Amino acid sequence: MKITVKLFATFRLGRFDIASRDYPPETKVIDVVKDLDLPEEQLGILMVNSRHVDLDRVLVEGETLAIFPLVGGG
Amino acid sequence: MNALQDLLRQQADEGLISWGQQQAAAQQFGLRISEVEQEILGLGLLPTRYQRNRQMISVAQQRQLFSSRVVVVGAGGLGGYILEQLARLGVGQIVTIDDDIFEENNLNRQLLSSPANLGRVKVEVAVERLTEINPAVTVYPFQARFEKQNAAKLLANADCVVDAVDNVTARLDLAAASRELKIPLVHGAIAGWYGHVTTVLPGDDSLQTIYRNWKGGKGIEASLGNPSFTPALAASLQVSEVCKVLLGQGKLLSKRKLSFDVLDMEMVEVLL
Repeated sequence: MKITVKLFATFRLGRFDIASRDYPPETKVIDVVKDLDLPEEQLGILMVNSRHVDLDRVLVEGETLAIFPLVGGG
Repeated sequence: MNALQDLLRQQADEGLISWGQQQAAAQQFGLRISEVEQEILGLGLLPTRYQRNRQMISVAQQRQLFSSRVVVVGAGGLGGYILEQLARLGVGQIVTIDDDIFEENNLNRQLLSSPANLGRVKVEVAVERLTEINPAVTVYPFQARFEKQNAAKLLANADCVVDAVDNVTARLDLAAASRELKIPLVHGAIAGWYGHVTTVLPGDDSLQTIYRNWKGGKGIEASLGNPSFTPALAASLQVSEVCKVLLGQGKLLSKRKLSFDVLDMEMVEVLL
C-alpha cells in the first residue's frame, strides 16, 4: 500500500522531506520509523492525516504520516 | 500627587513625557521611576520611550502592560531575549527564574552573557540589564530551579508565564502548574536550525500532546546545540504572544504549534 511520509527538521537529513512509499498491509507507524532508521529516542510528534497518533497505530492505504523530531532546548 | 499630576500635564508635549522629565519628577517628589510612570500612564500620557508603540498599542493598553506581571522561567538562550523584549515593551513586573551562572559556551547566543559576566548569577545580570534599559520596570529575581515544589510561590499573581527552560521535565511541570493556577503559558523550544512555539490557555493540554512520545532525556538539541538566531526568533514569537495575552488582542497560537525550520526556511502549523 502507498503511504505518504513527511519528515521534518533533522529527520530530513540524508532522507527526504516528502515521499510516497510502499508498505505491506498492517504496517504500523513504528515499522515506518524502523524502516527509515529514525532514532526512537528522538521522536516528537507523530501524525496521520493531521491527527496525533502513537507508534502502534496501523496505517491504511493512502494515508499521510508526518514525523517530527523532539525539540526541547531553550 | 496632584502637584505631580499638574506638573506632568503641563510638561506633556503631544501627550509625551520625556525621560528627563520623568527622572526630574521622580527626584522632585521623592518617588521611584515606576511610580512616576504609573502617574504618567494614569493621566493618559505616555513616556516618550513608548512613542513608537503608540500606533499599535494605545496609551490604555500601555497602562495594561505596565500593570501586568509576567514570569519568565529560564534566563538562558530564550530567556535572555524574552526578558529584554518584555522590558522594552513596558511590562511593569517581570519575574526571572534561573539557578545557573554564565559559562563561556553561553556566549554564542545568550543575550545577557558577556565575557565580563562569566561566572555571574544569570538572574542578577538580568536585573542589572533590565533596570538599565527600562528603569520603570520592577524585576523580581529568583535564583532557583523551577520545580513542582516551588511552583505556586514562583508563579503567584502572574498574568502570563513564559516557558524558556531547557528540558522537557521542567516544561511538563511548568505546564501542569500553570494549568492548575489557570495562568496562560507561552511555550517555546529550540534545537539548532529548528524550533516551535505554542500558547497554552488554561484547560489546554498542548504540551502533553507535543511531548506524548517523550521517553526521557533531551531532544535533538543535545546533538545540534543552538546558534545565535534561533533563540532570538523563538523568543520574539513568544513575546508577541505574551503581548496579545496581556492585551486580549489578536489570534493566539492556542491549540496549534508553529514549527520553524530556518535551514529549509519553512514554517508549519500543527494542530494540537
